[in-house]
Amino acid sequence: MIHLIMWLIRKLRRTTSPAETPDAASGRDEPAAGGQGERLVTSGLVTTVAASVANRSAPAISVRGLSKRFGDRVAFQDVSFEIGYGEVFGFLGPNGAGKTTTVRTLSTLIAPTSGSATVAGIPLAPENGVEIRRRISVMPESPGLYLRLSVAENLDCFADLYEAADPGDRIDRALRAVNLADRARDACGSLSKGLRQRVALARALLSDPEVLFLDEPTAGLDPVAARDVHELIDELRRGGVTIFLTTHRLEEAERLCDRVAILNTTLRMIGRPDDLREQMFAKTLTVRTLAPLPDPGRVFDGLPAVDGWQADGTAAYVLAVSDPVVAAPATTRALVQASADVLSIGESRHSLEDVYLELVNEDAEVRRK
Amino acid sequence: MSISRRRVRAIYRKELREYRRNRSIVAGMAILPLIFLLQPLITVFSLSASAASQLAGRHELLYLLAIPALVPATIAAFSVVGERQQGTLEPVLTTPVRREEFLLGKALACFVPSVAISYAVYVFFLACVEIFGQPAVTSALVRGPDLLAQLIFTPLLAGWSIWVGVAISTRASEVRVAQQLSLLANLPSVAVTTLIAFNVIHATLVVAIGAAVVLLVLNRLGWRLTSTMFDRERLITGTR
Repeated sequence: MIHLIMWLIRKLRRTTSPAETPDAASGRDEPAAGGQGERLVTSGLVTTVAASVANRSAPAISVRGLSKRFGDRVAFQDVSFEIGYGEVFGFLGPNGAGKTTTVRTLSTLIAPTSGSATVAGIPLAPENGVEIRRRISVMPESPGLYLRLSVAENLDCFADLYEAADPGDRIDRALRAVNLADRARDACGSLSKGLRQRVALARALLSDPEVLFLDEPTAGLDPVAARDVHELIDELRRGGVTIFLTTHRLEEAERLCDRVAILNTTLRMIGRPDDLREQMFAKTLTVRTLAPLPDPGRVFDGLPAVDGWQADGTAAYVLAVSDPVVAAPATTRALVQASADVLSIGESRHSLEDVYLELVNEDAEVRRK
Repeated sequence: MSISRRRVRAIYRKELREYRRNRSIVAGMAILPLIFLLQPLITVFSLSASAASQLAGRHELLYLLAIPALVPATIAAFSVVGERQQGTLEPVLTTPVRREEFLLGKALACFVPSVAISYAVYVFFLACVEIFGQPAVTSALVRGPDLLAQLIFTPLLAGWSIWVGVAISTRASEVRVAQQLSLLANLPSVAVTTLIAFNVIHATLVVAIGAAVVLLVLNRLGWRLTSTMFDRERLITGTR
């Protein structure tokens, strides 16, 4: 209680001092935030201008055999991956796969059961919690705003929690970045779900994070607002911010992410979306003709880079190919020589969604058995 | 471990802003003092000058110490579990705020208005006694040692009540349960102050110093123990 009273007296003294600055208010009793590199903010977004080469050569996030159990229930198990600085990493998986628990673990909210990790170059350990949280920012799935407070008051509280220098300016830029500058005085309770989501995103930008965890950042946003968020993520990536993106929107992951991981309690796959497609599905060319070919075997057999073919309906053929760039011109020439009326020749592209569904269905099948 | 004043202040300011805009909290803070003001006021107005001697052994003023014991109990009980239920706890806990800073900010936000309200009620009561009371009743009621005790024990009792409430709040799963438990846990303090007010427990200097020391120690321990009980994982996931 004595501490409380003394603290209060000091506080009252300080609040009556007109010369107070944000730096002075921070008390300088802790190291400055974001010690790995000098940063500047341009047009509301984070731009890394100089970073320690030594630190940047290490991964932004490194996870080795990480597991989390709640009693008998396994949230995720034996998860290992690395994410480089400036990378946008998509974390996909069905509901209950352990994505949010992974984010919570890496953001030091919960302790792993086993395994190790480094986040923003700092080992994940209870004694490093504050230091890690200085360098990261998390936008949880639910915005979690104080609904009775205005947008600016919400951000003001968090700017102080991050001990941001020049908080007023930082808040203005974060709001401009999410196109909410004109709503600063509105109570958060009066905002739509989409606008609340944008406030939560602005809040995540306040700390100038090295690693930004975004859990479903476009959930509840209309297409235009979602596109704005995508552009923002692109800009953050250009600024060197590492983004750990949890999403159910697979087209979003495909468009934004350098690499994706698919988690279903265990890590099922990890890589660039193109690589995952290649790993999961054979490359194919689809040929459509006006009329069925009289002898398709004579046309397709023995063509370079064509490993096999099969009819797909009456006047369509699917060719398994090892290299579409070689196979497509050769197939075109063969069809012309055979005097076929060609409607189209195209490479069949499997989407990330196909990869995802294939994996999740595989897992469901295994569980049924 | 160093405590960041700025982060404590961030939590404190946020809490006060929320209180101001939450009518149920304002009403809750206003109703309890009114209830506890009623009995002493009736005593003052109903006693004639000749009956003032009845007050000789009593410490009517100390009855009002129930106000700092109970006013902060419900808001302190709301502090952590309330945020958890609103879904606002997770974003805060992902910032660099330490649990000690978070709890100190919360405690201060309960402490300052509770103590201010308590002192305001005392001033109001003393003004009523001075203006409307019989001079004999006034002199029997308003005594230096009682005023001093009032002044000293108000922050001590409020502090203890707050740490009990916050501790319950870190472990409770529902706001209502936390508030009921917090009120229950603070009833012994109210019972003691009431027994002293009605001279069932004889108030001496030694009793006062002993009680003050005990409360000081409990307040110091309260912060540490509550911080130990504050488990981020349990609060976020509801398990462990």
